Amino acid sequence: METILAFVIGGLVAMGIYMVLRRSIVKLIFGLLLLGQAANLLIFTAAGLTRANAPLIKEGTEALQTPYADPLPQALVLTAIVISFGVLAFAMVLMHRAYETIHTDDLDELKGAVQ
Amino acid sequence: MNIWLIAPILIPLATAIVLLLCGSRIAIQRVISVVGALALLVAGVFLLSEVWQHGVQAVQIGNWAAPFGITIVADLLSAIMILVTGFVGVSVALYALANIDGRREKFGFYAFYHFLLMGVCGAFLTGDLFNLYVWFEVMLMASFVLLALGGERAQMGGAVKYVTLNLLSSLLFLMAIGILYGKVGTLNMADLAVKLGDTGQSDLVMTSAMMLLIAFGIKAGLFPLFFWLPASYHTPPIAVSAVFAGLLTKVGVYALIRVFTLIFTQDVGYTHTIILVLSGFTMVTGVLGAAAQFEIRRILSFHIISQIGYMTMGLALLTPAALAASVFYLFHHIIVKTNLFLIGGVVEHLKGSSQLKKIGSLYRDYPLLAFLFLIPALSLGGIPPLSGFFAKFALVKAGLAIEEFAIIAVALAVGILTLYSMTKIWAEAFWKTDPSETRQTTPVIKPIPVLLLLPVVLMATATVLIGLSPHPLFEITLEAADQLLNKTAYIEAVLGK
Repeated sequence: METILAFVIGGLVAMGIYMVLRRSIVKLIFGLLLLGQAANLLIFTAAGLTRANAPLIKEGTEALQTPYADPLPQALVLTAIVISFGVLAFAMVLMHRAYETIHTDDLDELKGAVQ
Repeated sequence: MNIWLIAPILIPLATAIVLLLCGSRIAIQRVISVVGALALLVAGVFLLSEVWQHGVQAVQIGNWAAPFGITIVADLLSAIMILVTGFVGVSVALYALANIDGRREKFGFYAFYHFLLMGVCGAFLTGDLFNLYVWFEVMLMASFVLLALGGERAQMGGAVKYVTLNLLSSLLFLMAIGILYGKVGTLNMADLAVKLGDTGQSDLVMTSAMMLLIAFGIKAGLFPLFFWLPASYHTPPIAVSAVFAGLLTKVGVYALIRVFTLIFTQDVGYTHTIILVLSGFTMVTGVLGAAAQFEIRRILSFHIISQIGYMTMGLALLTPAALAASVFYLFHHIIVKTNLFLIGGVVEHLKGSSQLKKIGSLYRDYPLLAFLFLIPALSLGGIPPLSGFFAKFALVKAGLAIEEFAIIAVALAVGILTLYSMTKIWAEAFWKTDPSETRQTTPVIKPIPVLLLLPVVLMATATVLIGLSPHPLFEITLEAADQLLNKTAYIEAVLGK
């Protein structure tokens, strides 16, 4: 499973970087989105995949039943998803506004706008 | 529980929330904004005195014991940074009253300004790597809004670049955190220091270390990752530029210092040599970039980069004296650089432009402003008896002690080139006659608004005071460096004995 996910993450990163390097603003956002997903999956995979019990102490017992899944990476991923959602929503509005002001979605033409 | 540890986060948060509740009542917002910034400064003073008297302080949020919960921890480095953040916060809050136009005020400028301060303070105080990421995002979100607020054409172009590169750096940071967690199983910085400290397997940790170096390097503006900085810092209103220039890149430097003194010290010969080389290139490229520019804010933006090199140089040398010099440099630089941007804003206000070719006669018409410019400008160049001299002197002395002659040569040469850029601004903007003047017209002398001048005077006074008696600050920074290098105090404060 880890091997498959490693390839998925690698693919996502490659696609993300390819998209970020394109000249279109829309593709830039897609690229950031893909990279964000790759990062989330990476945390999830690197922390170890477990197919076992939930990390809850059952009634009447004192300790966790091994093997149990590590809840922390899931909390981390959840936080990261929320943050990247907010940031990307902002980025989309910003890019839209930039498009309205500069009348182009070509990043190369931004150069002239900054002067 | 120690209230002064969380006050620097709670005060800006409360201020920002109250500001949002005020809606469009701008007059009240202006008062609250300044009061909130003052409160932050006071909290900074108390925090520093607390940490100075009782050593490293830590608070476990929600009473979850250390490696599991979120830790807020302040050592002297954090406390110094909070104090200077408060000082910059007050100065820029005052300056913003006269500099930010009504439209931006109505769209919540002050609220986002305080959210930004909250993010910066949170990043300085957290003791957890993932929490640091969250504070970076808080800070970035606020900075995105401040940068784009107003929606001018140039701002949009700058904001797109700034947002993209900062998002990439955050993603790298996140990936590094994921990999590190996979290897070590903890993200609490003190716990990481304990678990990684005695492994001796540096190769396993190196991937995370290098990814963090790149992520923080982008934020700090290290060579060759700084291109977003001069492309965006000159576009927003000057109050925003000034607070970005003073604080945001320094959060990156702070994160580098924290991570590469506390966590990644397994293979110093490898990591810190890389940082040393990067520092040298950062200094040189920054200062050469500045030499080619003819607009005040762009020159100053490139100088931020070159000065970042000095701060990471102290980190790279990793002796107590060098680290102390680094912290001293951080403190001095934040004040001086913010001040230079603020003065650039006054020039823009008086002359309507900051293109050096178009302006002039400032020395003849505004001698006080010229004097106030000279203080931070000469301090940046390292002229005694101003703060910059002692910062550079301490760095060079620390370098000489361990015979790193190459980097010292670079640092000194860059110092001279910095002075060249400052003399360029002086000669063009202050000394030469305004090219738009003709013999017949009498020059118009506008009054300088008090709110624009007051922060500049405050910061110039601080620069002179540090220069005249650098001893107390040296004492504090030496102690801070000692805490950074002997990790036990930090670790014991967080994890208990």
